[in-house]
Amino acid sequence: MSRYLLRRLLLLVPVLLGVSVVVFLVLHLAPGDPAEIMLGPQATQEDVSRLRADLGLDEPLPLQYVRWMAHVLQGDLGRSIRMRQPVLGEVLIRFRATLLLTVTALLLSTVGGITLGVLSAARPHSLVDRLSTVGSIFGASMPSFWLGLVLMVCFSLWLGWLPASGMYGAHGGGGLMDLLSHLALPAITLAAASMTIIARLTRSTMLDILRQDFVRTARAKGLVERGVVLRHALRNALIPTVTVVGVQAGYLLGGAIFTETVFAWPGVGTLMVQGILARDFPLVQGCVLVIALVFVLFNLAVDLLYAILDPRIRYE
Amino acid sequence: MSRRPPRNRLALAAAVVIGAAVGLALLAPWLPLIDPDAVDTPNRLKPPGTAGHLLGTDEFGRDMLARLVWGARVSLLAGVGTATASMLIGVLLGLHAGYWGGRVDTVVMRLTDILMAFPYILLAIAIVAGLGPGLTNAMVAIAIVGFPLYARLVRGVVLSLREREFVEAARALGSSDRVILRRHLLPHLLAPVVVAFSLDVGAKILATAGLSFLGLGTQPPTADWGSMLATARTFVILRPHVALLPGLAIFLVVLALNVLGDALQDLLDPRLRHG
Repeated sequence: MSRYLLRRLLLLVPVLLGVSVVVFLVLHLAPGDPAEIMLGPQATQEDVSRLRADLGLDEPLPLQYVRWMAHVLQGDLGRSIRMRQPVLGEVLIRFRATLLLTVTALLLSTVGGITLGVLSAARPHSLVDRLSTVGSIFGASMPSFWLGLVLMVCFSLWLGWLPASGMYGAHGGGGLMDLLSHLALPAITLAAASMTIIARLTRSTMLDILRQDFVRTARAKGLVERGVVLRHALRNALIPTVTVVGVQAGYLLGGAIFTETVFAWPGVGTLMVQGILARDFPLVQGCVLVIALVFVLFNLAVDLLYAILDPRIRYE
Repeated sequence: MSRRPPRNRLALAAAVVIGAAVGLALLAPWLPLIDPDAVDTPNRLKPPGTAGHLLGTDEFGRDMLARLVWGARVSLLAGVGTATASMLIGVLLGLHAGYWGGRVDTVVMRLTDILMAFPYILLAIAIVAGLGPGLTNAMVAIAIVGFPLYARLVRGVVLSLREREFVEAARALGSSDRVILRRHLLPHLLAPVVVAFSLDVGAKILATAGLSFLGLGTQPPTADWGSMLATARTFVILRPHVALLPGLAIFLVVLALNVLGDALQDLLDPRLRHG
């Protein structure tokens, strides 16, 4: 296992280097002087020169990258032009909200998806199975930002059950219940598409496994159907499900940007969009770098979990 | 008399939806529609069914039906355009990576590894951040983040084909690499690439609409379904129809594309036929 872990960590190095190069180049993609673009047409020549010097834009590109990387490795992601604050602190504060939303959505989609998948496989062509099939086609076609608006209209506007936006209410007291009531709609919105994907995969894997000999043996020796499905089939179906859950974790992290925008959730996605519209490059670079880093670590965690669940992978 | 199987009927319905959307988008200039950008503030946020405005008006009193039809031009073109660009780049790189192997393969595969190390939409947003908001830049960004899918697919197929007898025979007969790539390998890629493309157009429509929704794609006053949703967000509590209609348009078209893509997959690759 330790050899597998070492190999997997070594493979991470070129990926992280590549990610850092892409994030660094974001600043240099636009034609023209990044300092002028960031400060806008009203900026004086002095301001532009000062920012150029601050960001080291007069130096050759490779040297700029090395300097930038040296700062990043020390936890210095630069200062936000708009907020005049260190980027890292701001991004980390916002990232907590994003992580809370993503992890909640991941839990919802995993538990919901596996439950739906098992129910569908246990009774193929039943009502649950048909609804799950329709749901999976809808899930892949529905823009999450639209689903969010629809849920907002239904549950906040018409029924008045849940708050429409933000993380805490102005008069909600800021307690756990206040947070949970604000989290419900964004988390369901974000989880919906992933839940249908996990449900489909669990269903098809379970159907394959339920046809195998060991399941027939379990039934033949008199086990109740619930035990056969949950203890024998589901355990074996979980290995591919873990992989798809890992992939979905990454998608949720990226897709959170839309959900945050719909529900004014104060996460790193909304911060990044504000940064882009204000042409605040250090802030955007910081947001992209932190999300990409967590995405890479998510993938690493999934690979390791996969290797623990299926010993064959370690010896490949 | 035999009844048509339900899957085929579903695919037919999907084709009708796509045909209607494409037809309306193409014929928009000749349809008896109000100018989609004509502002009429006294008549703002009128509900559907209002006289003269079948689907109501938006926050500036602009006709929703006209904006939806004109928006279809932008949204569909953006989807098809970005999917085509991704496909062309991906097929070209995947073909060469698979055929030549060695250093070309390593470079292409590492490039796709790096691009795939980001959440798909995050990378597109990062590229738009650098290039600046706007529809063209959003399309460039989505085309760039989309090509690894095709590159990996094509590379895999070419790797399995390049050692086959018919390629060896072509080589033995003195065909150049160019001829082998073009005349012998490319036709084999048609089925998997067409299936991937048909499923990808819907995903690309969603992605471009998403960037427009964030304010990073189409800029006002141009109508596209994503930007219509973005501006409608503020008024959704007041008049839900301004947000529900453009979203419904995206949903229906993408749903139809996915159903048609699935049907095409069944047709071109019977091994993947659903159980």
